[in-house]
Amino acid sequence: MTAAKTAEAGSLESSDCLVIITEADKYALDYSGANASLFRRRTEAAVARALSAYGNPVCAVVIKDQGALEPTLNARLETALERAGYGRLGS
Amino acid sequence: MSGEAQKNAIGRDVPKRFFDGRDVIPYGGPWARVTAGDSPERCAPPLGGIARGTNKVTWDVKEAITRSGLENGMTISFHHHLRNGDETVGLILTACEEMGLRDLVLAPSSLSEVHDPVAGFVRRGVIGRIHTSGVRGEVGKLISRGEMEIPVMIHSHGGRARAIEDGTIRIDVAFLAAPTCDEAGNFTGAIGKSACGSVGYAMQDARYARHVVAITDNLLPHRLSRVSVPQHLVNQVLVVDSLGDPRKIASGAVRLTRNPVERRIAQDAFDLLLASGSIKPGFSIQMGSGGASLGVAACMRDHMRAKRIKGDFACGGMTGHMVEMLEEGLFDVLYDVQSFDSAVTASVADNPGHVEIDQSCYANPLNRGCVAHGLDVVILAALDVDVDFNVNVLTGHDGVLRGASGGHCDTAAGAKLSVVVLPSFRGGVCSIKDSVLTVVTPGETVDAIVTERGMAINPLRPELAEAARGAGLDVMDLRELKENIERLTGKAEPITPDRSRTVALVEYRDGTILDSVCRVGC
Amino acid sequence: MSAYRSMLYIPGNSPSLLQHAPIFGSDSVLLDLEDAVALSEKDAARKLVRHMIATLDFGRILVTVRVNGADTPFFERDLEEIIPACPGAIRLPKCGTPDDVRAADAKISALEERHGIAAGSIKLHAMIESAAGVVNANAIAGASPRLSAITIGGQDLIADMGAKKSREGWEIFSARGQIVIAAKSRGLDVYDTVWTDVNDNEGLFEETKRIVAMGFTGKAAIHPMQVPVIHSAFTPEPREIDFAGRVIRAAEEARRDGRGVFSVDGKMVDGPIIAQAARVLELAALSKRGGVQ
Repeated sequence: MTAAKTAEAGSLESSDCLVIITEADKYALDYSGANASLFRRRTEAAVARALSAYGNPVCAVVIKDQGALEPTLNARLETALERAGYGRLGS
Repeated sequence: MSGEAQKNAIGRDVPKRFFDGRDVIPYGGPWARVTAGDSPERCAPPLGGIARGTNKVTWDVKEAITRSGLENGMTISFHHHLRNGDETVGLILTACEEMGLRDLVLAPSSLSEVHDPVAGFVRRGVIGRIHTSGVRGEVGKLISRGEMEIPVMIHSHGGRARAIEDGTIRIDVAFLAAPTCDEAGNFTGAIGKSACGSVGYAMQDARYARHVVAITDNLLPHRLSRVSVPQHLVNQVLVVDSLGDPRKIASGAVRLTRNPVERRIAQDAFDLLLASGSIKPGFSIQMGSGGASLGVAACMRDHMRAKRIKGDFACGGMTGHMVEMLEEGLFDVLYDVQSFDSAVTASVADNPGHVEIDQSCYANPLNRGCVAHGLDVVILAALDVDVDFNVNVLTGHDGVLRGASGGHCDTAAGAKLSVVVLPSFRGGVCSIKDSVLTVVTPGETVDAIVTERGMAINPLRPELAEAARGAGLDVMDLRELKENIERLTGKAEPITPDRSRTVALVEYRDGTILDSVCRVGC
Repeated sequence: MSAYRSMLYIPGNSPSLLQHAPIFGSDSVLLDLEDAVALSEKDAARKLVRHMIATLDFGRILVTVRVNGADTPFFERDLEEIIPACPGAIRLPKCGTPDDVRAADAKISALEERHGIAAGSIKLHAMIESAAGVVNANAIAGASPRLSAITIGGQDLIADMGAKKSREGWEIFSARGQIVIAAKSRGLDVYDTVWTDVNDNEGLFEETKRIVAMGFTGKAAIHPMQVPVIHSAFTPEPREIDFAGRVIRAAEEARRDGRGVFSVDGKMVDGPIIAQAARVLELAALSKRGGVQ
């Protein structure tokens, strides 16, 4: 029985975000930070896109947003998913 | 909106009546009242003599308050020249509370973070209403949450001057910090351990308040010769140990920014100034103290030196950089309504070309010619802007009050060329909105917006756009610029304040109401 | 000849710096996956750089990415991740032989084909950082049509030579000379190494003027404040601009009159002088476009 896949990417530095992906029974998104009330929909969409690119694994996603731009958010999501062992984009 | 609402000329909802039943005049364009020739009566304080040989000086705060005749419900004012070093507001309000005074109308020229304790005085009923230019920190949150029953009035600097003169704000007692004061009440801010430079806001309050208390921590044993506020306007001199923290009153000289985004904005904004043809002999300019503004000042100084261009005047909040330019002979005169750093105070004291002006002279639209109306160029900051070029300098991304109207709308209207400089995004949020939450400066008075990712020119100024393009500048459509930035940031969801509850009204400089600020959770 | 006087290095795992890459005012940028990124973050950096290239608007700025060396476990993954984002060029560190260039060229070609990118559109910049690399500069310069520039990595080169760094740079004078000649013999751009003392802009200016005079087409910058200093060192003197203008005008006249040979200021003017004059005017035009001084 392998341990639950979990990994993190990014940081809490200004303009970055910390993304933590953990294998789970059901999907959950915990999105916090100064922009949490402004970017909930954007972030949900970014998470959905990232999960879909990796075969829709069931995960709990934690994002602590320090004012990250979209490319940063997308990059950190992909990195966390790959570190957690959910495969690699492209081939 | 509590009570009925109406739409003003820029489509914003404002109430039909004030809390006391007076009609609200909705904003009708930047020059509506001037063009209509409106001439409200001037509201002056009553005359009243004092017996000869009266000693004005006291060391007892409560005695000073008693002698001022301050009663419940009256209006008190302060100036904000001591900035975040101020201790006088706290001193006076504490004494007022201890004396059982309540429901006072607080009308300072502005409030800063150091005034957080005002929130407590509001909650305990010492203060019932507020008129101010700016509000931040705890007081901003308190107002945004809706803890004050009567909406706060936000005035621009020029608007406050007009309000004091037309009686919208009737100051009963002005408590004016006076860094150096003599026994007769002559005072100045240019010298003393708590020196703050110009006392432009104090000068006007002193003329119109019913009773004036000068508060000083530097009582001269002899007569003051360089006088900003003369004795015949001052009823009492209250002596205290300290007016505040000198390091926060006049900070060290503001340094040129090393932030690459601000430097880029500064360069591009300066290129626009050049293309507009505004930088020519005899020109006049106002700029703020923000990083990008100072960067523009530096580019401008280098250019003026190289091309031997001399300007007529620079105006506004003064920094050491402007003083250097005056000393170098690059400007004839500096008009100083507020000094921003310690490099300025000596110049105020010693240089005849460094002229202290009061708030009305600076920006009141209803007088015989304020300085702001003679400006060629103004460089302004912003919290955010919208696609109609409206500017917000008052509420943050979360809708909470955290800024100041200041001289923004005054100089934007008065200057021939008004340029707003701001970064394209802050904290990951795009600075250009479809519609700003709060309008402080209407778009028709804003000629250009410059970010580090592009600049846009108001369609009302096609000749400026042509000149900019002719100079090789890349002028974008503002909506297109917004979309470009949102490709990076994502689209933020708009804040939805509680529109049933107005917590503040934004007064335009002419007394009409420009916008309403509504309650948000915070 | 290129118009890339400055190349600003930006750490590949730093969102706060990367997101401003297009506005620092440099003519080109190097998004660094190599020395500026910790070993544990190589994967994060390549993703971040890829997304930034895809989303930011760089305008006229040349975007280059320094991948990790071919002898590291990161090299292939770097290329696989970055090539689809279509940077202007890949900088290959630690180039010692022409085979290094050819191997990278082959990998990039395969990735271009797999992703439907026009063959050869992504360029290679070879970074020479060792004595062996300097010796092989000619061969490296001719190793592949994909190669568009050579650059010198001064710090590692000095270490490899066992030489001592001096403010004037005498210890790498010969290396600089060889690399410039190798590059120019093939019509390639050539970039000089970083000036590490960010507090000494005078030294940076003097060094840049020296290497401009040697024929370098650009210089590396490690801090945005170095960019205007470098640009100012690339700005031709008024005298040079004036002479260049007269050369170009005389060349046009000669062409109209059907004359092959002509003179300016009593001196014969031929092909290389005309090309040099054109470059001077190009640099003069660039310097007019501004940048905070």
